Parts: sequence; structure tokens; C-alpha cells
Amino acid sequence: MTILLFFPIVGSITKKDPMLKKRDDFEDMLEERRNSSDLRYALKCYTPVLYKGLTPCKVSELKQMVLQSDQLGYVITQVSKEKGVTSDEVTGEAAAILEEMAQRLQLSTVRFFAFTLSKVFKTLFRSICINEEGLQRLQQAIHNHPVVLLPSHRSYMDFLLMSYILYTYDLALPVIAAGMDFMGMKVVGEMLRMSGAFFIRRSFGGDKLYWAVFSEYVKIMLKNGYAPVEFFLEGTRSRTAKSLTPKLGLLNIVMDPFLKGEVFDISLVPVSISYERTLEEALYARELLGVPKPKESTSGLFKARKILSEDYGSIHVYFGQPVSVRSLAESRVNRSQFNLIPRHIPTRPSEEILSFVNDSAYRLVRAQEENMVLKPWVLLAFVLLQKQAAEEKQGTALDELTEQAVWLRDLSRQYGAFLHWPDHIPPSEVVSSSLSLHRGLVRISEGRVQLALEQETRGAITPEEELLNKAVVILSCASYRNQALNVFIRPALLASAIHTAASNRKQEIYNSFSFLRNMFSNEFILCPGATVQDFEEACYLLVKTGTLQINQQEVLITERGHRTLAFLTSVLDPFLQGYQVREMHTQRHSVVFNTNGLTEKQFIPAVRKFIIKHLLTGSLLKCRLRYTEVLSSDLQKNALAALIRLGAVQKIKGYVGFTHLHVHVGLIG
Amino acid sequence: TFKSNPKKQEIMKWNGWGYSDSKFLYNKKGQAEFTGKRYRLSGMIIPGLREWMESTFSANLQHKTPAAPILNSSAVQPPTLNEAFLKELKSTGIPFSHDAEDRVFRSHGHCLHEIFALREGKIGRVPDLVVWPNCHNDVVKIVELACKHNVCLIPYGGGTSVSSALECPPEETRSIVSLDTSQMNRILWIDEKNLTAHVEAGIVGQDLERLLNESGYCTGHEPDSMEFSSLGGWVATRASGMKKNIYGNIEDLVVHIKMVTPRGVIEKSCQGPRMSTGPDVHHFIMGSEGTLGVVTEVTMKIRPMPEYQKYGSVVFPNFEMGVACLREVARQRCAPASIRLMDNEQFKFGHALKPQVSSIFTSFLDGLKKFYITKFKGFDPNRLCVATLLFEGDREKVLQHEKQVYDIAAKFGGLAAGEDNGQRGYMLTFVIAYLRDLGMDYYVIGESFETSMPWDRVLDICRNVKARIVRECKDKGVQFPPLSTCRVTQTYDAGACVYFYFAFNYRGLSDPVHVYEQVEHAAREEILANGGSLSHHHGVGKLRKEWMRESISSVGMGMLKSVKDYVDPNNIFGNRNLL
Repeated sequence: MTILLFFPIVGSITKKDPMLKKRDDFEDMLEERRNSSDLRYALKCYTPVLYKGLTPCKVSELKQMVLQSDQLGYVITQVSKEKGVTSDEVTGEAAAILEEMAQRLQLSTVRFFAFTLSKVFKTLFRSICINEEGLQRLQQAIHNHPVVLLPSHRSYMDFLLMSYILYTYDLALPVIAAGMDFMGMKVVGEMLRMSGAFFIRRSFGGDKLYWAVFSEYVKIMLKNGYAPVEFFLEGTRSRTAKSLTPKLGLLNIVMDPFLKGEVFDISLVPVSISYERTLEEALYARELLGVPKPKESTSGLFKARKILSEDYGSIHVYFGQPVSVRSLAESRVNRSQFNLIPRHIPTRPSEEILSFVNDSAYRLVRAQEENMVLKPWVLLAFVLLQKQAAEEKQGTALDELTEQAVWLRDLSRQYGAFLHWPDHIPPSEVVSSSLSLHRGLVRISEGRVQLALEQETRGAITPEEELLNKAVVILSCASYRNQALNVFIRPALLASAIHTAASNRKQEIYNSFSFLRNMFSNEFILCPGATVQDFEEACYLLVKTGTLQINQQEVLITERGHRTLAFLTSVLDPFLQGYQVREMHTQRHSVVFNTNGLTEKQFIPAVRKFIIKHLLTGSLLKCRLRYTEVLSSDLQKNALAALIRLGAVQKIKGYVGFTHLHVHVGLIG
Repeated sequence: TFKSNPKKQEIMKWNGWGYSDSKFLYNKKGQAEFTGKRYRLSGMIIPGLREWMESTFSANLQHKTPAAPILNSSAVQPPTLNEAFLKELKSTGIPFSHDAEDRVFRSHGHCLHEIFALREGKIGRVPDLVVWPNCHNDVVKIVELACKHNVCLIPYGGGTSVSSALECPPEETRSIVSLDTSQMNRILWIDEKNLTAHVEAGIVGQDLERLLNESGYCTGHEPDSMEFSSLGGWVATRASGMKKNIYGNIEDLVVHIKMVTPRGVIEKSCQGPRMSTGPDVHHFIMGSEGTLGVVTEVTMKIRPMPEYQKYGSVVFPNFEMGVACLREVARQRCAPASIRLMDNEQFKFGHALKPQVSSIFTSFLDGLKKFYITKFKGFDPNRLCVATLLFEGDREKVLQHEKQVYDIAAKFGGLAAGEDNGQRGYMLTFVIAYLRDLGMDYYVIGESFETSMPWDRVLDICRNVKARIVRECKDKGVQFPPLSTCRVTQTYDAGACVYFYFAFNYRGLSDPVHVYEQVEHAAREEILANGGSLSHHHGVGKLRKEWMRESISSVGMGMLKSVKDYVDPNNIFGNRNLL
């Protein structure tokens, strides 16, 4: 790590102080809805600003353009040669794919949604707050370049909400990439289609034709400025409220027209949607515990009606700075690499392009994270979960909780969190109102607060069921804590590194920082190849806040730094334990499964069983298993991915196409 | 000292384009006017120009930036003379001069920064001596002496370079001698059996055509600079002419070349029309940009003068349709002698340059045409664009050809827009260079640059480069929106040549030329990133040589380098172009 030699003396780093981050103000868009007619609103005159280079075209013309494109034509010829069928047949197949996929955006449907959603939103939410300056920037962006909208994904609500906002503010309605699973809901699926959704199969790996139709469809809508294209970088809803590792397929597709010179630029607009209370709160927790995801069905949606009677607080939607693909690519991508092959011939993206798209994706997800509004409850969740893990049975006194929350408030602000803590209200009131909004998760008795783990139950239940019920509450609560993990992750990695390093030598701490960061790179959004920057950033924050002193060689903890470090270390604890359990389990069973291996699908339930057993018996080898959170399948999947990536576990394609796992016992530990 | 070719240098501007008597100016009434008698536009009032200039650039007649009127000889560095060389040169009797004006005149081409500096009276490194060889043998003597005395030679033809090719390398410490070929301007013979002419390389385009015309022939090679550029210069830069569709570019026209190099004279032993004798050595010469030697004599193809010429023009609803039409014309290989497509901004510009019409009838007719196109046909005046055409050949064939082209155009929504518009389009080619000087009198600087690309990239490059120019101007602090426009000027089987014109009002900028250069640099990067070439016919010079390696690969560079090392090991031809 000779790199360390070039570190400037930390503290003199001319880094922008995260506390000084400039963010726009919010306006509540529901306020007007509460004061004027929803019907008139739904029927209002809608004349959005359009892309300046737009040649208007109908939905049917779009399809024709796709089917007649050189790109698709090339693939059709190829496929017809390979399969020995006529190109007319393949074209028919392509048309069918397109039919299944295509959106049919219709203003009348959007108006219907505008009306209905107004009613629903007003019942569910106290406010929907939008940064209007962000919308002005978006309008400008839409006028100048093709736009891609990239909202965070925490709820089914997200894309309806997006279209609702854009309609309200007279902005161009987007076309939205949606998973095929929605199509199962007959009526709703069609309605979504008419409000701009287009449907893509979840997996179509080897299907050349499908890929060609799909990518050409998206590109044509984007290039022509037909509508902003919206999709979720994370691919699916995050059940944990942590941002998911971005998926690159669609981002690659939408960047392609710029890279190949077909448009001057493309604006990528990250949008951060934060819910004070997530509609799917308990649903996600159950899913993470192995209750399979309910198939999206229309009737299921109606069952959600009971949701309507509850208070879900407020939503904050922040439209971030548009990111120009051109400036991202500047001095990173040599665009002339596309000069020598006709652009309609599909080519596998080069390493250079892949790593560029990957880095851009991480950057965009971080931009989403940074503008995610955090509510005081998020901080309370930190405290309550830590107390729970410490097994403080009688709960925390309200005063103490408030004190800790205020301490955490100040810390998170110093780290640049976008915290909405009403400073004009006494902290104790802020805390109690937060607790009351989330009354399903906490119990307050005699001035003491703890998580509502002991639920009322009907009839006898097994200890295993009881454990899972507890886990639901804990994972629900953790999903709020997780919203702020991105604020603390770098300092927390440094704190844990200091904790585990054998000495306080900077080099050694960097090494263990680097190891931890690498291990957790499936768990958190840590940009690939940015270890040094992350280390610097963490050092900068901890030095600035007086937690550490760093000189040429050593890292020293200050007198008042211990509290912060203890907190930061505990942030990573549940994850560290989760990864340890994973390794132990893998190690133990490697003997059993050594000859046959184990399929990936079998692995998660097996691990879950293993953990439940140990949580119930209360012991796990040498260390106590304190965190019920380790039951989360998300954690287990990430841990497995990390083990595979680090070479501790090997993935081998079996003869029947299963993926088998072989464990290199020697590598673990 | 010898005053050479009084005819040329004396009637030319020393710090601007073309003839001293021809220039745009605003008269006392504030109307634009083109002076002189040389061009069709000469002596005419151009009523629309002022408004166009004011609205396009936010220029203002009150804000003037006049040029230094005369050359201040004291600003010119005294010459570094190689006495031994000079002594032997004198004994040959070849005329020479170290007069400041002669040296400054040959120290530059017509890049913006070169002219801008002259207007401000700033003179950099200039040649120390000018020599005027009269024939091939004179050149042989000069080159021998230069080698013997280690003098740097820079060949000079018409001085119309736009690639910094004529700039003296500031780091050159040897005496620099400008080798002016203008006295070598004779047609040595015409061979009517083979339709070739053997010509001295210093001859200027318009003289060559005029002299050949007297015998009923032409070369048909008409680059936009043909009034001033020389045959040797065309060969050295791989020039392209407007009518290349009939006559070909310079590489198609040349049958034989004689060049004097430090190693001796290079030429082929026969005049066969095509040979398979290894790589064609002519291709080391063509495009060598004065780095290998001096081209002294060239045998060129000639053609009987065309019986009939007809101009034409077509209006398209938008640029995309226009390009699609040109592509189809190229596909059917039926391009007229010249076909060019201007974008909307250039169409408006061309419109602004219409001279005052003499009769009410003409102006009524113009109004009618405009009404027909915009109202009746529904063309958006802010999107439509125009193609100009020139047909040549025997009358019957021309008319047939014309019909074929108009039929194709109609398929792309094109409407025939008359001979006048076409003819004016080509006439403007020759006066447009004068217009830059007018702009420079009023805080407006600009230039054109060109590239070539495959057909499928034409629209993308035009759009992206124009947008890049606008964006870079904004980023670099230009206070007013720039003019950023383009036209397709040549069609080929596999692609096209595109010209970009770019100009802006530089009020409020402390170093406008630097800003201009940064923007042009960015525009070139954009061209290359989108699959355009480094140059179609202007050449590389010193302006674009930073991109040579990526353009032709390291091995390609090595090949050129090894030729240079063999032919000119002591870098006598030390203009440092290209490599």
C-alpha cells in the first residue's frame, strides 16, 4: 500500500464539509389537494415542456420504428439463420414481444390515477414534500436532453407517486420499466400500461431477440425524446431500506445512445423517495424471514385496504441534480472505440465501458442516498436496536432515549445526513411524536421504551414461531435504522478497523479498513476502487468531529472520541456477526456436503434453520449470538456473495445446471 | 533586393483575406457594401447583412475593433542570415529578399490566430529570407545549398493554409528561408492525345484554369481557395475541389509529380495511368505538407471545357431530409459536378447576403417563393434547409441529369428552388472569406473547419459538433450565443465531407483567440469521438498534429517518420508539420 505514503496529512484535506451540503427546501404538494377540487385537478390543462429535438409520434409509430430499426433487423436476420426459420417468422416473434412489452401511455388513464391517488394519498399521508427547485431543474433537463429518471425503490408506491408528481407539476410523463410480475394483475397491469409502464421479463439472459427488441425499444423512446425513461437502478424494491447494489443492464442501454454519438447528451436524474413509514414494513420483514413474497395479484392489492386506515406520516421526494452522461464519460471513455463497427451491430460492451457504467451506477445510487430525508425515528431505531441487542430487558428511560437521540442527531448532521429534525420543537416532543407514529413497533410503559417484542398471541405457538414474530419487529425496526447506514458506513468501517487492528499504526488500520470494506461491498454501497477515498473521507470526518487524531504514522483516539467510536463500532456489529455465522455454518457443513455440494437455493433455508437453532439454544460455539437480525435472508445472500467473491466458497456449475457450492475450509478465518 | 511578382503581393491584403480592393464595409448610411469590381457582389449593397449580424452575434456598429492599418516594420525581428548560404545563393542569381514586408507576408496562413495577431500588429517568428526560384533547376540549387549550409526551408505556394502549416517553428534556431514558388507558374506543355498538361507547381488555380481555357481545356479542380492557392500546395495537402464528382480530387488528377528533396529528385519513369509497383510513392508526396521537399512540376489530367453549365437548388423541409437525399444521390452515383447542403442557419445567412434587388418584379417573385414554401408547403422557416447544385456537361445530358436529381429530391420532400439560389450559393464561397474580416472589425471572430465521415454518422456528427461548440462557448465565458452551423459539401460512395462554421462575439473576453482555439479543439475532439476524420482536405499542419497518432496508429506514424528520416535526415524542410 504505497498509496498511503501519498496521503496528505488528514485534517488539511481540502474536502467539502458534508455539513455544508446545499439542499433545496420542500413544499407539501398535498396541501393544495386538500384545499381544492380533485376532479378539477384531474381534468386540468396539462401542457408539459417537451424535449426540444422531439419529433412527435404515436405509440403505434414507436413500435414500427423499433421493428424497422437496423439494430433489430440485424438480429432478426441472425436469429432466422441460426434457427433456420424465415425472417418473417422471427419478425412476427419480435412484434409479439413488443406487443407484450410496450406501454400505451394515455392521458385519460393518468387523469384517472391523478384523481384516485389524490384521495388515497390524502388518507394515507400527512404530506408529500417535494423540492420544487429540483422539478425546475428537471424541466430544464427535459427541454435540453433526453432524460432518464432514477428513483430509489422502497415501495410499490414509487412509480405511481413519480408519475403523480410529474403530472401535478406539468412535467412530461415518463415511460417506466416495470417487472413482468405486475402483468399478472389483469386490470391493474393494463392500467399501469396506460399510465406509461412497459413490462420486461425478469430474466431473458440468452434470448438475443428479446434483448434486441427491449433495448431498441428503450433507446428509441429515449433518443427521440418521446418521454423521460424511468427505471429503478436497484432493480427491485429494497426490503431492508438499504440501497441495493445497482443493476447495470438498463443503465448500459440508456447510456449507449450517448456513447455511440446518437444524442449529444443524456441527463440522468436521481430521485430520492423517503417514506416516514413504509407501507410494506411488516411485509418486507416477513419476506426476509423466509415467508415467500406474495404474488402480485389484484385481489391482494385490495386486501391492502386495511392499510388505508393507518397514518403513514409524510413522504419526501427529492429530485437531485441532473447528471450529464457526457460529463461522466469525459476523460473516462474513449468514444472512438465505436468508430470501426457499424453501430447497429450489437457488440458486447468492453471492459472499459462496463467499469464506466458500474462506477456511474454507484455514483447515482450514492446521489440517491445522500438526498434521502431521514426522520428522527431513524435515529431512535438505532438506539432501540442497540439497547435490545444489549439485552436491556426493562427498556430505556424516555429521557435517556431523548439524550441519545439528540447526541446522534448532532453526530449525523456532522456527517452530512439530510435529517429532518424539527429544531423548533423540544426534543422530548420530537421523540414522543416519532414513537407514536411507529406505535406498532415500540412499547412504552412507566416512562420506559423498548421494542414491542412480546406481541399478543392467540393460542399456543412454538418457540420457533415466537422467535420469528420477534424477528419481524426487529427487522421492521432495522429497516428504519438502515436508512441512515449510508451516513455512518465509512466512519463505522474505520471504527471497526481501529477496533480489530493489532496496533494503532495507520498502515495497519488502513489494511483492516480495506479488508472490512471489501468484505461488506455486497452489503453497502461502496464504490468499487474507491477504498482510498473512503478511508480519507472517514478519517476526515472522525478528525473533524474530534474523535480521532491522526499524524504521519498513527491513529489516536481522543478522550471524548470513545463514545462515538463505541457507537460506530456497534453500527456494524449485527452485520459482522451475520457474516461470522455464515462462515461458521458453511465451515461446519462443508464436511457434510463435501461430496455433493449444495445448491444455492437450498443454502439459505439451511442457514436459517441453523441460526434459529442456535438463537433458541442461546449459544453458538464460542460467541453468543446477539442479533436476531442475522436471520435476514438479505444479509445471508450478501454474505454468501462476499464469501464467493473472496474465494472462500466456490461456485461450480453442476451437470444438471445447478450451482453447487464447495467450501475451501482452509480459507476461512 | 528583388521585388517579385508585384502583381500578387501588392494587390493583396497583408492582414486579411484576398485582394486589397475587395472588402465588406458599412457605408455612411450604415448599410453593408462589398467594394471593388472583381466579384459579382462587388459594388453592391447588401441590405440584410447588418440586421443578420446584429441579431446573430448581438454585434453593434458602435463597437469597432479596427485593424492596424500598416505593417510596422520595427516590430519584425531582424533576419538571422546564414552568410555562407547567402553568398552562394547570390552567385546562382536566384532572386531573394530579406525585406520585412516580404518576410511577414510569407510567415502565415489564414488561421484565425494568425490573422488576429497581424491585425493587432503582433509579429512572431518570420522567415529570415525569401527566395524566388524560377524553375525546377533553381529549386535543385536552393535545396543543395540549404543542405550544405544547414538552412531551414519552408516551401510557400499561395499562402492559403488553415492548419498553421506556414508558421515558423519558434524553436527553430537556424536561418529560415521561405521558398516562394510563385515564379514557377507556366504550363510547360499540353498533350491533347493523352489529355494531360505538364505544369509548374507554383501556378495559382485561377491562372491554371484561365490558361487552359484558352486552349479549350480545364482541370476541373476548383477548391474554394482556387483564386490564390497553388498546384504545389494542392499536392502537398491532398486538396479537394468542388467539382470532384466529375473531375476527382487532386490524387485522381495527378499523373506525374516531380519533387526536389534533400536526397535528390523523386519522380516516376513513365506516365502510365496506373501502376502496380509497390506502394504508390506519389502518396508519400501528396499530403507531405512541405516536410519532405518542394513539388516543382506536375503532370495533370485535363478535360475539354464543358459545353454547358447549370446551377440549381432544392429546398428541403429539414436537414435530415436533405442528408437522406444526398445519401440517395450518392447511392445512385448520380451526383452532379457539385452538390452541397446548407443547414438552416446557413440558409438564413445566405439569405442575409442577398444583394439589393434592382426590380420590384424580382422582389415580388422572391416574396411569392417564400410564401409558397413556408405557407403553402408548410415548411418551417426555422428548420428548412437548401441544397445547391451545379451540373456540367453537354446540354442534353445535363438536363437529363438534372431531372434525375430533382426526382430523387422530390422523394425526400425537396422542392426545386431555382438557378439563382444555386448560383448565389457558389458565388458566396468566394466572398465568404472576406466576411470574416468584416466580423473582426466588430468584435466577431470565427473560422471554418472540415471533416469527413461515413454516411450513417453525418447527422450525429453535425448535431453533436454544433451543440458542443455552443456548450463550450458558454463554458468558456463567451457572453453571446455563437453561430454554429454546418454544411455537407461533398458526397462519396461511403460517406461525406462536412464543413462547420463557427463564430462568436468576443466582447468581454480578455483572450478571445485562446477561447476560440479551445472551442475549436473541443469541436475536433467531438468529431473524432463520433467517428469523423481529422481532416478531409485542409491537412494537419501544426494545428492538428497532436491527433495524428490516434488517427493513423503508432505504426502508421513510424512509417511516415522513417520516410522523413530517410528523405530529410537533417530536417532541412523543417516546418514541423504533420509529425
